[in-house]
Amino acid sequence: MSANYKELKKGGFMRQRQPNYFSMRLKSVGGQFTAEQLGTIQSVATKFGKGYIHLTSRQGIEIPFIHLDDVDAVKKALAAGNVQVGVCGPRVRTITACQGNAICPSGLIDTQKLAAEFDKRYGGRELPHKFKFGFTGCHNNCLKAEENDMGVKGGVKPNWSAEKCIFCGVCQAVCPEKAIAVDKSAKSVTLDENKCVYCGKCIKSCPTDAWQGQSGFVVSFGGLYGNKIAVGKNFLPIIFDEEKLFAIVEVALQFFKDHAKSGERFRTMLERVGWEKFISEVEAVANAS
Amino acid sequence: MQADDFLDITDVVCPITFVKVKVALEELDDGQILEVRLNEGEPIQNVPRSLKDEGHKILSLDDLGNGTFTLLVKKGGLK
Ligand code: HEM
Ligand code: SF4
Ligand code: SF4
Ligand code: SF4
Repeated sequence: MSANYKELKKGGFMRQRQPNYFSMRLKSVGGQFTAEQLGTIQSVATKFGKGYIHLTSRQGIEIPFIHLDDVDAVKKALAAGNVQVGVCGPRVRTITACQGNAICPSGLIDTQKLAAEFDKRYGGRELPHKFKFGFTGCHNNCLKAEENDMGVKGGVKPNWSAEKCIFCGVCQAVCPEKAIAVDKSAKSVTLDENKCVYCGKCIKSCPTDAWQGQSGFVVSFGGLYGNKIAVGKNFLPIIFDEEKLFAIVEVALQFFKDHAKSGERFRTMLERVGWEKFISEVEAVANAS
Repeated sequence: MQADDFLDITDVVCPITFVKVKVALEELDDGQILEVRLNEGEPIQNVPRSLKDEGHKILSLDDLGNGTFTLLVKKGGLK
């Protein structure tokens, strides 16, 4: 049973305090489930569980009270209805995402598409300890990017063009960082780039599209939100190229593999080995053209 | 610029702010101008953007210096 247990946990079965019962973790990407999947989950929870599910803190679904004897039958029933079992243990975990620019008017990047792509590339990859990715579509940070080992936040770098501007003053008023100054009489607009947090509110509000910009990714590393709490750090400039983002992920995961002791979280390893070493390796990739 | 109507939304919070602006705009014809008094913070962050999304054109915004603004918006000006 104990050898079997490790296998069960890998396959998303969390042991319950009640002997021989497991809370079954389902695979989720970006918190989206189809109606068909929900139907399957409903029937499994009714037939094999206790008729309810639990929504986890990271957009997952668990079906509690699956008996050891039913594990195979449950796996079959779920697979038949296009539901996959989730992962636990020392590997890339559920990739979370807000709805992003496909749905949300504030969104600057397609978080769902990115989460699916990340799942394809990195989902379940074996590492020294768990590793969490999270995607949030803009600076509002509904998905709380900095809680994750690696967080990706949509951003946009604003550019102003004088020809279109009517000097209405809206952008100065909407900028949450007071990075914009509009002088109506002198007909000038200035941006303090050091204050800008790439939120895109100026662009979305400007009535004449005098503000425009290219969307990109603001990346953070080393977030923890469990026994230890630490906010992920952002040290890179905004990244515009998806391929560059993937290259940065590979460097981070390799660094984790190379330097972490077994069972050591990414952040803890970074604190022990030193951020400078990690930062210089990531910057080398980020700054390569 | 002469406004065709005036609306004060400093006494309500989001999302009622935008609902009131929408109702006031419905009373106007395309091209007519509405003057709106609104608060800093959430209303100023959201109302101009929502107006833009709905095809109305903001003409000017004046900071009254007491935490409120005056916004001039032309109905359907972006269509
Ligand atoms: C300009 C108009 C509006 C603005 C600026 C606005 C803004 C917001 C903001 C900032 C939030 C918080 C989101 C969060 O913290 O995750 C929110 C939540 C919400 N809004 Fe609005 N909103 C507007 C219109 C509306 C309208 C018209 C309705 C419904 C008639 C509405 C219903 C809600 C509800 C139900 C929530 C809570 C959603 C949740 O808890 O998941 N909003 N809104
Ligand atoms: S983070 Fe931005 S894009 Fe994502 S749901 Fe929140 S407001 Fe929308
Ligand atoms: S919001 Fe647009 S038009 Fe108005 S002052 Fe700013 S850049 Fe100019
Ligand atoms: S992107 Fe956001 S922080 Fe930067 S200037 Fe525009 S409104 Fe201000």
